[in-house]
Amino acid sequence: MSKEPVAVVGIGQTRHVAARRDVSIAGLVREAASRALADAALTWADIDAVVIGKAPDFFEGVMMPELYLADALGAVGKPMLRVHTAGSVGGSTALVAANLVAARVHGTVLTLAFEKQSESNAMWGLSLPIPFQQPLLAGAGGFFAPHIRAYMRRSGAPETIGALVAYKDRRNALKNPYAHLHEHDITLDKVMASPMLWDPVRYSETCPSSDGACAMILTDRAGAARAPRPPAWMLGGAMRSEPTLFAGKDFVSPQAGQDCAADVYRQAGITDPRREIDGAEIYVPFSWYEPMWLENLGFAGEGEGWKLTEAGVTELDGDLPVNMSGGVLSANPIGASGMIRFAEAALQVRGQAGEHQVDGARRVLGHAYGGGSQFFAMWLVGDRPPDS
Amino acid sequence: MTSAPRDREIAVVAFAQTGHRRTSDELSEVEMLMPVLHEVLDRTGLKTADIDFTCSGSSDYLAGRAFSFTLALDGVGAWPPISESHVEMDGAWALYEAWTKLLTGEADTALVYAYGKSSPGSVRDVLTRQLDPYCTAPLWPDSVALAALQAQALIDAGDTDEPALAAVAARNREAATANPHAQLRGPVPQGDYLVQPLRTGDCPPVGDGAAAVILAAGDRARARCARPAWIRGIDHRIEAHALGVRDLTDSPSTRLAAERAGAFERPVDTAELHAPFTAQEIVLRKALRLGDAVEVNPSGGALAANPIMAAGLIRIGEAAARIHRGASDRALAHATSGPCLQQNLVAVLEGEPR
Repeated sequence: MSKEPVAVVGIGQTRHVAARRDVSIAGLVREAASRALADAALTWADIDAVVIGKAPDFFEGVMMPELYLADALGAVGKPMLRVHTAGSVGGSTALVAANLVAARVHGTVLTLAFEKQSESNAMWGLSLPIPFQQPLLAGAGGFFAPHIRAYMRRSGAPETIGALVAYKDRRNALKNPYAHLHEHDITLDKVMASPMLWDPVRYSETCPSSDGACAMILTDRAGAARAPRPPAWMLGGAMRSEPTLFAGKDFVSPQAGQDCAADVYRQAGITDPRREIDGAEIYVPFSWYEPMWLENLGFAGEGEGWKLTEAGVTELDGDLPVNMSGGVLSANPIGASGMIRFAEAALQVRGQAGEHQVDGARRVLGHAYGGGSQFFAMWLVGDRPPDS
Repeated sequence: MTSAPRDREIAVVAFAQTGHRRTSDELSEVEMLMPVLHEVLDRTGLKTADIDFTCSGSSDYLAGRAFSFTLALDGVGAWPPISESHVEMDGAWALYEAWTKLLTGEADTALVYAYGKSSPGSVRDVLTRQLDPYCTAPLWPDSVALAALQAQALIDAGDTDEPALAAVAARNREAATANPHAQLRGPVPQGDYLVQPLRTGDCPPVGDGAAAVILAAGDRARARCARPAWIRGIDHRIEAHALGVRDLTDSPSTRLAAERAGAFERPVDTAELHAPFTAQEIVLRKALRLGDAVEVNPSGGALAANPIMAAGLIRIGEAAARIHRGASDRALAHATSGPCLQQNLVAVLEGEPR
């Protein structure tokens, strides 16, 4: 029995901001879910199951918050799953939901991811000391900066590449009404003049701390046929994990990321991602991760990723647009950030991305990663069903 | 609902668990889990590299640190990289995710594990953090107090009384004498009220433990297990969170999950119920329509060992193990999460006719 094709027929996001003091956690997730339902022209009664994801529970200070959110998400009497795979969780959550449809367990599934960082303090939520275990360095930037340095040394990339990424993503965000940061007066000089936080990562090359939620409605062929707007079709999806630390770990281009991309491309029949994929929403929380992931994902050879960035290939009007939405650099509700990548990829192939739409986008990659560059989740979506 | 046939046969082919204990100060979660992972793999002859998909269940709030599951992953041996996922839920739901993965045909084998250490903190207080953060959690109503509300509602409805609850406790602990992994084995005094009407004997032991299960599809299952425990149906449902809008004497989510899992199509001979409190077994027996002919909790259930996050997966494992050794032909396994049985999972397992 072959898998049921999976279609995205509804997408909803909140306007991501530093603090949504006007809504509870339940209000936040319901806002995104309601928008996704409206997009799909469905009601709560049409949903068979809910799959929710978020990053660590300490980020809001609520243990297993899906229990409390069951009512707000219309899940009462339905199956509800809660996924947690670190920063990749938004992507993983969508993939778990997609499997429910692909396996024909359910016809139509609501999947949603959120973070309401203003309820707590994510940096200290990540920094709990515990006896006999290495505490994480305060803040993710301190963890990732040395790996960026390793990339720069290996690839010989000029120091300016990171600023180019940030300047591009923040300008893209101006075209995305849901992005957290709308820096209308952004200039490359301003990015480069911003304070150095974790050398070589400057303030303007770092993701913000956001409150936000993202929801998608996934459905089968019958559901897609009823959808009022063009669906996005899942052409491939995969998760890969590797240990945090071990002798021989390559933090610059982790094997798990390469394997995950290869699996997605195999499922989708992609042999040359650079030519066959029309855009990518990649999880870039610190500017330099754009060139690093371009290589890890096979869009560029080893040491060549920064050249695509420098040549403008990844600009919105470039040959391979990356983070058309403004990316994680412009909105980072942590647990939702991966799902936003997946959803933005789907918006592109549906032709629903508004001002940041890439003309003729037919196949777009959504990517998320988490932990110590060890958890990866990706999907490739297209404007046509697989093998049809 | 889509009702297309899901014709891929998937079975539990192996189960292993720790000896559950009040404390395990000398062990990290990884050290607690590792022997269980080795044991479950050994039972099937599979190696880590033979596992197509890995899924686990655990809680950061029990571990007291964010991303606690990443430490366990190192113990699994995720190199070369593996296809892996994690739920912040009891391992029974990790098994559910793995089951769907196998259904898609993308994987033929799956390793599912779960662990929880309640000993480092006060688990009664920790569990208050999973309540509505605005209206309920600030009052810190603990898990025993909420279970006592449920027990009192059951008594008020005439569904049980304190001697009947004591009999539930005694029967489970008596059964546990044959379970070398149980934390409480044999008779335990009912003791004083912890929160009236629940006495210490009505409540689960607080402890640490881990469990693991291997799933396999079709002939892969037959090759790895003399008598696979085929998952004939599995489903889970959640109820409203606020206790005030629920009838605590009933468990409609359990009943619905059981219907969806096909539990009522034919009688089961065994039921492993995840009922940490005696009164909850009464609720579940009613919802699942379990008659006297059904052997309930031959392992001693959660009243004999309740390692949070693993106790639900252990119910599935115990039910499967009975099928493996020929002690059951059709068994029901149940897992729960949330206050007063808010969320429930039911699996129906069968062995091939002998």
